[in-house]
Amino acid sequence: MITLLKNGRIYDPANSKDGVIQDLYIRDGRIITKPASHEKITQTYDLTGKVVMAGAIDMHSHIGGGKVNIARMMLPEFQETKNYSEPEAHICTPNCSHHATPNTSDTGFRYIEMGYTAAFEPAILPINARQAHLEMADTPMIDKGGYAMLGNDDYFLRLLSSKADQKAINDYVAWTLHATQAIGIKVVNPGGISAFKFNQRRLDLDENHSYYQVSPREILKSLSTAVHQLGIAKPLHVHCNNLGAAGNFETTLNTMGASDGVPMHLTHIQFHSYGTEGDKKFSSAAAQISEALNKNKHVTADVGQILFGQTVTASGDSMMQQLNAKHANPKKSVIMDIECDAGCGVVPFKYRDQNYVNALQWAIGLEIFLSVEDPWRIFLTTDHPNGAPFTSYPHLIRLLMDKSFRNEAFAKLNLDAQAMSNLTSLDREYSLYEIAVMTRAGAAKLIGLNDRGHLGVGGAADITIYTNQPDREAMFAKPDYVFKDGELVVKDGKVIKVVWGKTHTAKPAFDIGVEQNLKEYFDKYHTIQLDNFKISNDEIAEDGRGGVIAHQSQT
Amino acid sequence: MATCPACGLLCDDIAVSAELQVSTKNGCAKSIAFFEQPLITTTPSLAGKPTDLKSAIKAAAGILHKSNQVLFAGLGTEVTGMRTLLGLAAKTGATLDHMHSDATIRNTLAMQNSGWQTTTLTEVKNRADVILAIGTDIATSYPRFFEKFVWNKDSLFNKPSPEVVYLGAGDNVESIYPNGKQASIIDAETADLPEIINALNALANDKKLHATNVAGVSVATLNNILEKIKGAQYAVVIWSASSLKFAHAELTVQSITRLIAKLNETSRVAGLPLTAGDGDTSVNHTSTWLSGFATRNRFSNGKPEYDNYQFSSKEQLKNCDTLLWVNTFSAYKPPQTDMPTIVIGHPNMQFDVAPDVFIPVGIPGLDHTGTMFRMDSSVVLPLKKVRHSDLPSLSEVIRQIEALLA
Repeated sequence: MITLLKNGRIYDPANSKDGVIQDLYIRDGRIITKPASHEKITQTYDLTGKVVMAGAIDMHSHIGGGKVNIARMMLPEFQETKNYSEPEAHICTPNCSHHATPNTSDTGFRYIEMGYTAAFEPAILPINARQAHLEMADTPMIDKGGYAMLGNDDYFLRLLSSKADQKAINDYVAWTLHATQAIGIKVVNPGGISAFKFNQRRLDLDENHSYYQVSPREILKSLSTAVHQLGIAKPLHVHCNNLGAAGNFETTLNTMGASDGVPMHLTHIQFHSYGTEGDKKFSSAAAQISEALNKNKHVTADVGQILFGQTVTASGDSMMQQLNAKHANPKKSVIMDIECDAGCGVVPFKYRDQNYVNALQWAIGLEIFLSVEDPWRIFLTTDHPNGAPFTSYPHLIRLLMDKSFRNEAFAKLNLDAQAMSNLTSLDREYSLYEIAVMTRAGAAKLIGLNDRGHLGVGGAADITIYTNQPDREAMFAKPDYVFKDGELVVKDGKVIKVVWGKTHTAKPAFDIGVEQNLKEYFDKYHTIQLDNFKISNDEIAEDGRGGVIAHQSQT
Repeated sequence: MATCPACGLLCDDIAVSAELQVSTKNGCAKSIAFFEQPLITTTPSLAGKPTDLKSAIKAAAGILHKSNQVLFAGLGTEVTGMRTLLGLAAKTGATLDHMHSDATIRNTLAMQNSGWQTTTLTEVKNRADVILAIGTDIATSYPRFFEKFVWNKDSLFNKPSPEVVYLGAGDNVESIYPNGKQASIIDAETADLPEIINALNALANDKKLHATNVAGVSVATLNNILEKIKGAQYAVVIWSASSLKFAHAELTVQSITRLIAKLNETSRVAGLPLTAGDGDTSVNHTSTWLSGFATRNRFSNGKPEYDNYQFSSKEQLKNCDTLLWVNTFSAYKPPQTDMPTIVIGHPNMQFDVAPDVFIPVGIPGLDHTGTMFRMDSSVVLPLKKVRHSDLPSLSEVIRQIEALLA
């Protein structure tokens, strides 16, 4: 069976193709070279005038696991489906649920309908990894994977404070990747979640954790080195200290230096780019942050754009969410300390364009998008659902690609916020090629998905085809066709076939001797057996739908 | 080592011999009763008459096919079972309610109204130096709680020997600590707990009380509780919604969670809501990620709906025309009803009136593997197969019923 996609306009940055007209051939879920003349083409799609990209990859989206399910449970009122009116209505699919806490089926369907073929859960608590994988296993249509959270767990903090050698840390980090079936490592408010359990309420980069007497900087250095030395592709995923606090941009700038040049990814950087200027002591530091990102080539970032409306913030950062809970809307929140491993905080938010802080947050995110020069090092996220539901990506893409649309939206903002932003002076409009970098090629490269995010021969045939139209929101909301592993699964914005996708992981080599110490630690201090902490490949593949793909280390 | 689903603690350190005997080392009365239970029948029946599995499945599908509004109740199952039940519910437009939902809903309503601040068992084990138990002695429902998480010798931060304060905890409290110290026991009737908790809240918010005692508890005693919590490194407040058997107990749960939130402004305090068991935590979580809603929910034309009052078994037994009772962990039987009844569950279930269809199925964690949430919601553990039986699993049966309805 060979499928031919004929005459499409290809945007494939991994292969430097910027809108060239080219045919693509698919066999057995892969992109192949042009077959010999005697080989039969089973199906041909004429894509004349259409835009062809690899399936999009969301490198940071809270799609499954404890805090996401707590958000669903706490907010049943979000589940009501609404009848959308214009301007939203024209981009919606028949089953559209734009709310912030979709169930697992909705998550998969809404992603694939937008041409996304993979999403990565960025905050898997190791102790809760089984739940995250259960939820991802029940998420249809897309590939998935996740980053395991370390750096607030007592096992690691004990190692660090006792000055264990880097090899011991590396073995533990690698063991965690295996045990939790993750593809990357994340650190959230380094040391802060643990410090909060000791009643410390804030923790800055060079401040010591009151019990362990180690600083976030030391934690970042140790974990980024481990990730780097293990040779996994995904750099340490860093949610900086001081999320959401006015003046936190300095922490963010200093954090960039904490790894001594080893690669790091700073996530939802918009939430970490706040100054203290102006009457309201809250200002944009997007210029400083963007300049630093342009300069520090070892640092990548995703934006975590906020968009106006009702959503919920679900974070591992119990320390900062405890402070944010006073802004909850509706007024409720769940804060948890979890298993000497991590924590979480779930706080609903309603971002309003007439609120000074919210309006400026919106502008700050866009300022960063437009000021960071290299699209390979900045990624399109809303930190779903924290800044906005992922279903608002098409709207966000239009804001980036269409200056007059952006400026019209800006003109409706809180006037004090307008006065504090230079957004209208930024003339940049993202090109289709740059969007393809940010949402496909760059994301695949960052995570280490060698056969995804591009349309080269041998690549997985995850392909999205759009009608080129000036309204980029309408264009990116409803692709004409989406192929997942070579199968046509979406036609005219509607799912026509249900598939399940695989789970991407990284399994670097390590010294299994680390399990001896871990077993002793578990028996003494934990409340489950070490063996039950580990998730086997079979558990993920159990129901015959899912499966594990392990990506090679870059050694 | 086996994992024991007999209570919400899900102890996974149980040694069970090939002869199905539980080692006394980590066993408790509940786990022994669970693993050492006899197997009474593996034969399905139709109105009490023995039949084969295929005929029973066909009969069940026939009843479901004819029904207009079916109630799936009991729901004593784990994640895998609940996944398949939700599939069948979506197909048949069923209403779903767990047998312990009266208790669960008290917590859920409080959480959905104002949220809460909670902790988990490993945190309790390593940090809790003051424990306030409200309306529960804990050990009756969780036999190994104190052994494993309170009187543990090893802890990460060398917690001092914890102080346990029982408030209205009933007659079975362990009054003497292992170190010989006397526990603080404050007697109170369950029905008086709302008043007492509200008074604690008032005091925590620096309100002056004119009374000198509240429902028989002196204000000095209440102040003393608050001082102990405030002075703790990490205090844990434990309540059991199933013991709060009075009208609008969700308001008392909320009063407890508000108290915790208030005290957290300056010191570290966390709640630990105890659950009733029989898979309640697993069922609610699975339902939530698959349908968007915890149970009491219903599928209407494939679309999930949620109503904590209307979709209770009590209300639906008045409105539904068919009952599917599922209970795999215990032999607790279905409510009395005249409507057609299908029972899929524990092989040792005994009936006053035989249901139209009874399909005995394996017990998760004994006859087959499974996946289960611990009571603190954050830890999910695999259940193992430790006994050989010919019983099919709940999900195998449900899938076959669903196939016949296609």
